[in-house]
Amino acid sequence: MTIRLNVNGKQNTIDCQAGEMLTEVLRRAGYLEVKKGCDTGNCGACTVLVDGKPVLSCSYLAARAEGREITTIQGLAEEARAFARFLTAEGADQCGFCAPGFALTVLSMKKELHNPDEAEIRHYLAGNLCRCSGYEGQIRAIKKYLEAEHA
Amino acid sequence: MRNYHSPTPPTADAPLEATEKFKVVAHDVSKVDGEGLVLGRPAYTDDLAPENALYVKLVRSPHAFARILSIDPSAALALPGVACVLTWKDCPRVPITRAGQGNPEPSPHDRFILDEYVRYVGDEVAVVAAESEAIAEKAASLVKVDYEVLNPVLDFEEALDNPVVIHPEPGIHEMFPIGFEPKRNIAAAYHMEIGDVEQELAASPVRVETTVHTQAQQHVALEAHAAFSYIDLQGRLVIVTSTQNPWHTRRLLGLAFQMPLRKIRVVKPRIGGGFGGKQHIHVEPYVAMVTMRTGKPARLALTRREVFEATFTRHEMRVKVRLGANPDGMLRAIDMQVLSNTGAYGEHALTTFMVAGSKTLPLYNKAVAVRFGGHVVYTNKVSAGAYRGYGAIQGLTGLEAAMDELAHKLAMDPVELRRKNMLHEGETSEVFRIMGEGTEGVAMNIESCKLEECIARGKELIRWDPDHLVREVAPGILRAKGMAIAMQGSGIPLIDMGSARIEFQDGGFFKLHVGATDLGTGSDTILAQIAAEELGVDMDDIVVHSSDTDHTPFDVGAYASSTTYVSGSAVLKAARSLKAKLIEAVAEKLGVAPEDIVYKGKIFMTTDGTKELSLDDFSYDTLYHDGEKMKTIEATESFTGDKSPPPYLAAFVEIELDTETGKVDVIDYVVVADVGTPINPKLAKIQIEGGVLQGIGMALYEDVRYSDAGHMLSHTMMTYPIPSREDVGRITVEIVDSYEPSGPFGAKSAGEIGIDTPPPAIANAIRNAVGIRLTEYPFTPERVLMALKAAKAK
Repeated sequence: MTIRLNVNGKQNTIDCQAGEMLTEVLRRAGYLEVKKGCDTGNCGACTVLVDGKPVLSCSYLAARAEGREITTIQGLAEEARAFARFLTAEGADQCGFCAPGFALTVLSMKKELHNPDEAEIRHYLAGNLCRCSGYEGQIRAIKKYLEAEHA
Repeated sequence: MRNYHSPTPPTADAPLEATEKFKVVAHDVSKVDGEGLVLGRPAYTDDLAPENALYVKLVRSPHAFARILSIDPSAALALPGVACVLTWKDCPRVPITRAGQGNPEPSPHDRFILDEYVRYVGDEVAVVAAESEAIAEKAASLVKVDYEVLNPVLDFEEALDNPVVIHPEPGIHEMFPIGFEPKRNIAAAYHMEIGDVEQELAASPVRVETTVHTQAQQHVALEAHAAFSYIDLQGRLVIVTSTQNPWHTRRLLGLAFQMPLRKIRVVKPRIGGGFGGKQHIHVEPYVAMVTMRTGKPARLALTRREVFEATFTRHEMRVKVRLGANPDGMLRAIDMQVLSNTGAYGEHALTTFMVAGSKTLPLYNKAVAVRFGGHVVYTNKVSAGAYRGYGAIQGLTGLEAAMDELAHKLAMDPVELRRKNMLHEGETSEVFRIMGEGTEGVAMNIESCKLEECIARGKELIRWDPDHLVREVAPGILRAKGMAIAMQGSGIPLIDMGSARIEFQDGGFFKLHVGATDLGTGSDTILAQIAAEELGVDMDDIVVHSSDTDHTPFDVGAYASSTTYVSGSAVLKAARSLKAKLIEAVAEKLGVAPEDIVYKGKIFMTTDGTKELSLDDFSYDTLYHDGEKMKTIEATESFTGDKSPPPYLAAFVEIELDTETGKVDVIDYVVVADVGTPINPKLAKIQIEGGVLQGIGMALYEDVRYSDAGHMLSHTMMTYPIPSREDVGRITVEIVDSYEPSGPFGAKSAGEIGIDTPPPAIANAIRNAVGIRLTEYPFTPERVLMALKAAKAK
């Protein structure tokens, strides 16, 4: 079957099998910024926004996304660049594989929570796993980024 | 001897002011590729696979131990879109190892790319390739395999001399003596003794014995292993792969397929984490087989389940430590006996096991008698391999538990017991000379060791008070502190070699080509920093290209904490050499002697101040303007350490233990480390923070569990939980001033050591909390609660 997906404001007509998850379909369509981490909805690497809300695309049926607005990190490139500067300044980008999904969740948190404290940040982002950084550097980066954004 | 060393190590009373001493090194430079990665630009292997590549899927064994009687691919081949089904009959019958290590490898050659035996659930049976992933998956399920199911050996305590022999096949062999006795299920064995341990123990007034059992652990790099291959225009096999060691990969593939190495090119693009997990060939042989058979590009990215079930784990070990000491706490004897589980194949069997002793026992170099020995046995579980910490974490877990038990017995502050016995700057240990990685070691004097400073600062940060190591903060909720110290190495001396080539370009910038492999550690960045520092230019003036067997100079790869020290030294040597060549060329051009040229701030000047030439202008002169004098100016240098200076650290932890539920939480984890000069302090710090969290995972959460039939139960990230950012309180990492004279700008390694201390330090904190020595890892709430109940029942 084919489905029509609106990704980052662009309409795509994509071949898709029934039961196929959004990660696979997006990657096949060239949205390689959507990373495949765990296949089971645990790691957050495949995070995309569907109608503005972060979802794990590896556990989201592609067909379900038809007619909705999908945003990958490339769709928020300007904001992502601003956050990336803080992340790299802390050296917290490390292998970078979790970064697109993680950054998208950070941007979503920024919209949703006003001035979150550290516990709220950790909670909001608990579903975005990182095996390299020990999280401390990411937390430092997020705090500095939010401070700068609110300044 | 080595004139490329930085000239003046700081004296003890004038600590290194790194930021003043250096311009680029010891500064927090952001990684060169950070923004692109956050934006998800295609960078990793599976992002780059050609669109017309065949999809490869593997048929895997459902049995822990079986012989394949027949494979019928007809139904799979009948499926439209299927390109081929390959089995053990399609592979040359050559025993290999999948471990990326030096040549000859210390790992036994006990594995075939595909074999008629399968030795764990998930072992590769057949390779299927098709036009789409869905077809390949379907085809793999249609391959009909008849097995003669054999009795597996699953418990490593029962493996030695078990009537079931896991490797009965002829032809497998060791590359040099490693104690390989497959008929006894022994992959490797080793024994060494300094002095007479039994006699010294018998004469010691105070003795302790502790046995710990450390579990298998999974790397869980977020990028699964992936590779793709194609035949280039010259008919050569090109493999792009998420590997930590392109050259070892090329050499092993050449052996496996009996191909000349000149016919193979291996390229490492960006890698999504390694931690030792990508120091082996797990995917490369299968895409290569398909490409060689069909002539078409082929791609394979493992599923997460395959990564769990069919790549490698950390070696499970049982570590027994006996200590003998005088009443004042001075150690007289250390005995460490280890049983290690290598699983189905012997990758890294001997070396991880030896590192359990060689990178822990030198910590306490005052003991008169030291012994280390044991066996590495085969079982029908997934193979163990290289994993950050590489034996040291297992050995240290046993040693540091025993040290704390000794402190309890002596009623001494465990910190003071360690200070009394530990290695100091200017000292050595016989162990360095005796124990190497698979062979004899290399004697070395310790020229940098700031353990005293690490301990002093760590005590401050955690507010260590030996009389108050536990307090009840709420009914049944205990907060307790514990500690441990650690060492690691910086590459394997006289074995690991790295090279760098730097070439001067028009525009006055430099191309830096290194064989070193950045796994996400930031090595491309820190190697550029080293080059920029030495060449007196900015980071932007260095363009890095790494890890391509056709286009970059040789490097053994990123493992054994080698990149900063080994590859970094190669970069420094190349930069020195290139600088000398530039000065020589400019001197000739200006008609003066090289010693009459001063090079600073990208300007060459004659000492008399009459002539000057900018780096930028000279770059065009040497490439475009100077007639027959024109030449490209480049330097290639290599480095092999004649020592492996250990980094050190002191770790202190505060835990919270709920006596009602048995749950243990890390509230505060403090690490103070001596890594020499941190080339990039923030990246070094993050390396250690990340290591600590993986170590906490091993101590508290992570366990590779199997059913009684040998099926892995923990094969998803749901059932194998790695720490999230909510699991652990605060991790604080500080780096002390230190300077390693043999390292590039004073640097040692930082990549592995962070992982080593959490298992023992947390165990020691639990011991301080409730008086119970937990020895079975990980310390899940169930285990802690059962131990509490058992203690109560006594």
